[in-house]
Parts: sequence; structure tokens; C-alpha cells
Amino acid sequence: MASLLYDVVIIGGGPAGMAAALSARKQGATVLILERDVRLGGILNQCIHQGFGLHYFGEEMTGPEYADRFRKLVDASDIDVMLESMVLSLTDEKELTVLSPKLGLCHIKAKSIVLAMGCRERTAGAIALPGTRPAGIYTAGMAQKICNIDGYLVGKEVVILGSGDIGLIMARRMTTEGAKVKLVLELMPFSSGLKRNIVQCLDDYDIPIKFSHTITKIVGSPRMTGLYYAPVGEDRKPILEKEEYISADTLLLSVGLIPENDLLNGTSVELSRITSGAVVDENRMTNVEGIFSCGNVLHVHDLVDNVSHEAEIAGESAAKYALGKAEKQGEVVSVVAKDGVRYALPQRIHKGEGKVQVFFRTGDVYKNCKLIVESGNEVLLSKKCQVLAPGEMGSVIVDKAKIVGDIVVRLEK
Amino acid sequence: MNTICIMCPMGCPLHIEEVNGEVVVTGNTCKRGQIYGVEEFTHPKRAITTLVKTEDGGVVSVKTSNTVPKERIFDVVAEIGKLRAGKDAQIGDVLAKDVLGLGVDVIITGTAKSGVK
Repeated sequence: MASLLYDVVIIGGGPAGMAAALSARKQGATVLILERDVRLGGILNQCIHQGFGLHYFGEEMTGPEYADRFRKLVDASDIDVMLESMVLSLTDEKELTVLSPKLGLCHIKAKSIVLAMGCRERTAGAIALPGTRPAGIYTAGMAQKICNIDGYLVGKEVVILGSGDIGLIMARRMTTEGAKVKLVLELMPFSSGLKRNIVQCLDDYDIPIKFSHTITKIVGSPRMTGLYYAPVGEDRKPILEKEEYISADTLLLSVGLIPENDLLNGTSVELSRITSGAVVDENRMTNVEGIFSCGNVLHVHDLVDNVSHEAEIAGESAAKYALGKAEKQGEVVSVVAKDGVRYALPQRIHKGEGKVQVFFRTGDVYKNCKLIVESGNEVLLSKKCQVLAPGEMGSVIVDKAKIVGDIVVRLEK
Repeated sequence: MNTICIMCPMGCPLHIEEVNGEVVVTGNTCKRGQIYGVEEFTHPKRAITTLVKTEDGGVVSVKTSNTVPKERIFDVVAEIGKLRAGKDAQIGDVLAKDVLGLGVDVIITGTAKSGVK
């Protein structure tokens, strides 16, 4: 059995993996990217719409174009890439078992690991979708892949459940490719996607969206022929007396993304119950020394530009750790989210010098509120916010020199 | 009119009105928002992304090089649908020029599955 040794092994060759690999290589580490697909780029390859790169590259581009920028840099470097390669197991000792077409089953030992496996969509099962399971029910991202990569339209008469960005983007895609998107249903009273996607994907094509509504039953066999839906009460349970029917041969689900961390089962990496990703410090290192995490496997991002930046932090830190160049760290404090803030990341920060960008999401829509960051009893930052919504990740810059104790990120009316 | 700016993920709420024959945009936080607001009020335009078939039966993604009038989106998509790309089409290749005389080109943005080496 083949056995390989690298300074840094990156699991996943999407935007996070590529950016992490490039920044690790820049530090002088030997780097291997393990990717299960036939090419690098990850989910960007199927995101053919515009909207990527405005922050990172200063220009707006499509997903495949954004991926291509990084892929060309990886190709031009001496970073090793193993495609169609599946990591079967990972241990705290940073030993991987990998299945690849070239090497068969092989062992890889790394001095540090960067987790960059991205996320998965929540499925019909995950949300306990009521009714039978006829053909015609897809997650939005799966429909996107079948459309944009394979060239097939999954249906003609479409209802979308959930208003996540992929669902909204697919409402527009299916419409431009000739399907009739009849309705979008959202359980919550607000959209979980970016505001601009409501405008350019739904309003532009007169696609109605009903907030505080959900599906009560799906009918049809073997292909779905329609579904029942109803408004929900404050308890988010459907009000069945107000149930209505709509015909549809296709249902797309855009009901949330979950970091894909199954691989960590064989490790003692601590996972957050809120983000479903690892708990990390500002270098994106997990509680297991030398295992780092970044991108959507750490927490679900709205913008790939943020993923690239975060992955560069993880890649650089992983290389420094592997090469024994890691700077000595100060005392560690916790970052705690409360009073309307659902999570803040990184969850741990070391005292010291420099600045740390802390990302956060709120649990609900808040208008005209104040975001407060405290350390000990000191207020480090107080910022007025017009609107904060769960669908839009926010961030604040914390000066490490000012940290006196645990950091609290909270909202105030 | 009130709308949301689509120029970047910030999604600034825009208020656009005509004052003494001049289109005035408020709520934007950058110049791109100003330009978008005026255009949205006078003549909305959108960029299009879609697919074309490759000569070997696959698909490859394309975009328009610039925005087209919103009411022409489906005409442009239909016109792009008639095009065929070579199986080794490269990102950035211009597949067609000046579609329907609207002054925009069709640019390849991806690599067909069959073209992945």
C-alpha cells in the first residue's frame, strides 16, 4: 500500500481548499489537496450565476470563473492534487486513509490538516417533509447540478420550499430555461437568502413568495402531481383549515445547509451544536492541535469571498504549525454569543497583538439595534445596525491588545 | 419607487424618484448603487447567465458580456440557445458577438464536463 508524507494535507478542493493550499504553499510547506470530484472548484462549478468575487477580486464574476482563477494558481504551483480521491478516515494523529484511482487504497500522514469539505443540503428527510416520496423532489443544489453540469431540466412546473440563496437562484435558472416556477414557500416570516436575490430572482420574473407558509402534503405517484400548503401560526405549525392545493411536478428544497463533518467521527475534534462545524481559534485551529477548519465545513457562509479569506488564514496557520514556525500564543479567551446573536466565530481568541475579524449571525431579524462587543467589563465596540438578519452574516474587527477577558457579542435594542 | 440594489450582496434599500426632470437616488452607499438606481428607474437591465450545448452533447455555461434590457431577457436566452460551443471551449472565449444587435457578446464562463482533463 502506498504511503505518503506531507506538511499540510487539505481535504476538499473547492474555494476553501484551493485558497488554503495556496497560502500554505506560500509559507514553504509541502501541500496536497484531496478532492473527490473529477476537478477542482467544488460547488462553484455549478454556480453559473454572477455575484462572486466583488470583494476578493474587485470584479463581479460567475462561480466557474471564480474557481478558475484559483485553479490556475494551483496548477501553476507545485501543490499536489489528487482528484476523484475519497478520504475514508482521519485520526487525531493526522493519519488519513484515502481511496484514489491512481494509488488505490493509500495511507497519508500529514503534519497538519485543513478541513475544507464544504457543506451539504438539508433533505426532505432532514425536515420531515410530510406526504409520500414520489419522483420530482430535489434539493435545490442537486437540481442546479443536474441543470448546469449535466444539462437536464428536472421539471416543468415547480414549487420551491425555503428561500435560501440556492433556491432563489434556481427559481431564476429554471425560469430562464423554460420551466414555470409557480410559488416559493418560506416557513419563517423573512427570507433566509440575500435581499438582492429576492429582487433579481423572484421579483424580476413575477414569482410569488409566501412567508410563514409551509407544505402540508405532497401527492402523486410515481411522479408528484401537486402539493398542499398552509400558513403557519406563531408556533410555526401549519393552520390546516387554511390549506390550499397547487399543482406541480417538481419540488425544490432550499431549507438550509449543514457542514459536512462526518469524517471527524474518528477524531476528538469538538463540534459546535449551533454551526455544526468545528470550534476554532482565530487561526482556525480546532481543539486538536494541527487540525484546522475553514469555509463552509466550519460555518455556512453567504459569500465565497469570505470563504477565500478565511481559508487563507487556515492555510497559513496550518503551514506554520507544520513547519514549527507558529508564533507563541497568548492566553486564550472564549467568544460568547448572546442576546439575539446566534453564534460568533472564532469561538476562541488568544490575547496578543493584531486584529481579529469576528463573524456572527443573528437568530432573527432585528431592526435599529446596537451590536455590542465586550471583553471583561470593557465595551470594545458598539455599532448601530439598521437591519440584521439570519441570512446575512456580519463581522466586526476586534483588537487583540484590548482583550481583558472572555468576549461577549450581543445585541441591544 | 422603492427597490433593493442588486449590485453587491449588501442589498441597500433604494428610493428613486424624479425631481424636476432629474432622477434622484437615495439609500445607496456607493456609486454603483447610484448608477443602478437611475438605470432601474429609466430602463432596467440585467446580465444573463445560461448554458449552451457543446458539439459533443454536453453543456457549458455562458454569460452576456454586459447587461441587456430586462424585457429582452427571454429573446436573448432563445438566441443563445441556438449557439453551439466546441468541446474544448475555454473560459473567456467569445462565442458570439453583438447578440440581437444589443451590443453584448456571449462569453464562455465554464468548462464542459466532457472537457475536463
